[in-house]
Amino acid sequence: MKFLRALFGTPANALLSVAMIALFAATVPRFLRWAFLDATWDAMSRRACAPDGACWAFVKARFPLFIYGRYPATEHWRVDLCFLLLAIACLGCLFAGRRRGMFLLMLLVGVPVVGGVLLAGGIFGLPLVETADWGGLMLNVILSFITIALALPISVLLAFGRRSSLPVVSWGSTAFIEFWRGVPLLAVLFMGLIMLPMFLPDGMTVPNLVRAVVVLTLFESAYLAETIRGGLQGVPSGQAEAAMALGMHHSQAQVLIVLPQALRMSIPGIINIVVDLFKDTTLVSIVGLFDLMGVITQSLKDPSWVGLATEGYTFAAVAFFVCCLLFSLAGGFMERQFGNAGPGKR
Amino acid sequence: MTGFPNGLGRSLRRLGVAGLAAATMLMGSGLAGSGAHAQGAAPAGATWPGVTVEAIKKRGQLNCGIDVGVPGFASQDNTGRWQGLDVSYCRAIAAAVLGDPEKVRFVPTTTPARFTVLQSGEIDVLIRDSTLTFTRSVQLGLDEVVPNFYAGQGFLVSKKLGVSKIADLNGATICTLTGATLELNIADFAKSHGTKIGTLLFEKADEAVAAMETGRCDGYTDDTGSLAGMRSTLKNPADWVVLDGVISKEPLGIHTRTGDAQWSKILFWLHEGLLTAEENGVTKANADEMKKSSSDPFIRRLLGAEGEFGKKMGLDDEWMLRAIKAVGNYGEIYDAYFGPKGLDLPRGQNNLASKGGLQYPLPFR
Repeated sequence: MKFLRALFGTPANALLSVAMIALFAATVPRFLRWAFLDATWDAMSRRACAPDGACWAFVKARFPLFIYGRYPATEHWRVDLCFLLLAIACLGCLFAGRRRGMFLLMLLVGVPVVGGVLLAGGIFGLPLVETADWGGLMLNVILSFITIALALPISVLLAFGRRSSLPVVSWGSTAFIEFWRGVPLLAVLFMGLIMLPMFLPDGMTVPNLVRAVVVLTLFESAYLAETIRGGLQGVPSGQAEAAMALGMHHSQAQVLIVLPQALRMSIPGIINIVVDLFKDTTLVSIVGLFDLMGVITQSLKDPSWVGLATEGYTFAAVAFFVCCLLFSLAGGFMERQFGNAGPGKR
Repeated sequence: MTGFPNGLGRSLRRLGVAGLAAATMLMGSGLAGSGAHAQGAAPAGATWPGVTVEAIKKRGQLNCGIDVGVPGFASQDNTGRWQGLDVSYCRAIAAAVLGDPEKVRFVPTTTPARFTVLQSGEIDVLIRDSTLTFTRSVQLGLDEVVPNFYAGQGFLVSKKLGVSKIADLNGATICTLTGATLELNIADFAKSHGTKIGTLLFEKADEAVAAMETGRCDGYTDDTGSLAGMRSTLKNPADWVVLDGVISKEPLGIHTRTGDAQWSKILFWLHEGLLTAEENGVTKANADEMKKSSSDPFIRRLLGAEGEFGKKMGLDDEWMLRAIKAVGNYGEIYDAYFGPKGLDLPRGQNNLASKGGLQYPLPFR
């Protein structure tokens, strides 16, 4: 009853509700019919798909390509193993309680090293897989992970740098942050692709993946630095003063007392940037990398499947939504956990 | 961008973004000039097969620049394997030079980056449905090797209009893509023919075609190769017709860096070889047999049974035989991607000259 009263309690609300219901009634059944009832799940090409329904056969046939890109099918297990390790490390960091430190070490050192060896190969009898063949959703995840892992430490330094009393350090940090926040990511990616080859000596090439990581890292560290600086400013000055009164150096007080509290306060902002970054990684298709969006756009050019943009981009939307939802859930969990362990409660 | 290891880089960086265009030009000519030492701009008749081929052989792999995805020319199949007319050319080159059509690293290049990637040496050759033009040849320091596909701007219109040629489109509204040339060509055509053709601009081909299907415009214009792909995506392809004729010339073909004439010649004769093979009925399936049994001197020279034509270019005599066995002759390549089983685009200008087209193989003698 409360629900009904909320919907139809006043004439204005009733009018709005009726309008919304009419809108849903007009669109949802048609969408459901397109997406499910009239959809084709198995077909060899677009021509075999029913003309009025979704052609999910396209997504099904290309699913491995969407996830792994051109990574060789016989080596997919390496990617799976990597993601398993990443998942274990992340879950460990969230739920392992006191042994969290071990999992954090695994996430920051173990996963990059083992993952890098597994994915690239070339040693221990693993066949070499060129980064040019990495693609699909796997590439979005890898790019986001490396970028955050590199950008976090840089951004902490920048945040402290900007608050520093040494003019050179503070101006330098400010200039760096303002520059990278002020230029469009697309333009910088583009410069990385077009300009960089011209500056490198003849015959020396940098893989596109590295170019993308460098650009994304510089970019994201500027944003993260400002978020963390906000956190640093939010820590009462009494905290640092109390630490120094206990005999800590200035730097000890900052790193051991102020920074942990600042980071905890920055969690919502950091999660926000991670979600943003994950979606921004789709821009790398401009440097000739085939991330999920790039692979889908590319797949629409296959004469067998040409023109199935709606199905392809619907899949991309669902995939990105699920991933970003996971980040948000993890972020929310972290906030609740660390929120309880406030100053003096350890 | 981590570092600029030479003085030129540092000075370029000072030029800033405003100097980007100038810098591109500078580097274009700079590379063409400095290419002299690297690319061996030797007088004609000098060392074959040239430094590019030697670099490819040393590397054991051809770096072939292709499109990031365009139906018929370059696209990935369900397993992620590259397919298409341009892709077949890459495989043919690898088969001819390295003896194995699979020894190719495909480098997908975007429209704005394609020529820089070629100039910088990241790729050995660019085969990317790119039009051969004066500017690219003279100002960008590129060699226009040979067109491998004759396209032009054509029109796909509703049959309800009842028109059969482009000049009859007076008063029609045509959906097209932003980016100057397509719209400019229509304006030029309308001006020179005293007709009026309205345009409706879109960012993406899918949007433009959706607008056309809902009746917001009477037709769609793009390169003929793309039009064929587009028609196959329509709900009722039979209601739409590709008009005869084109309003612009788009000879799509092979680009190399200026400076290695031998390399460009090898690519030129590879294309002529694929045409010659079609003209003489040499196919993927019968190439070996033809080499043994044919008495036609042109076929024998093409397949390496006499004349040592391959050796004269610093390759071996079976270069064309391997290329044909890998991808087929020109007609076979065309049919695989643009034939009735593919995009169903009539051969038209891309037919052999002997069958009314523009593809005219120069003689192997």
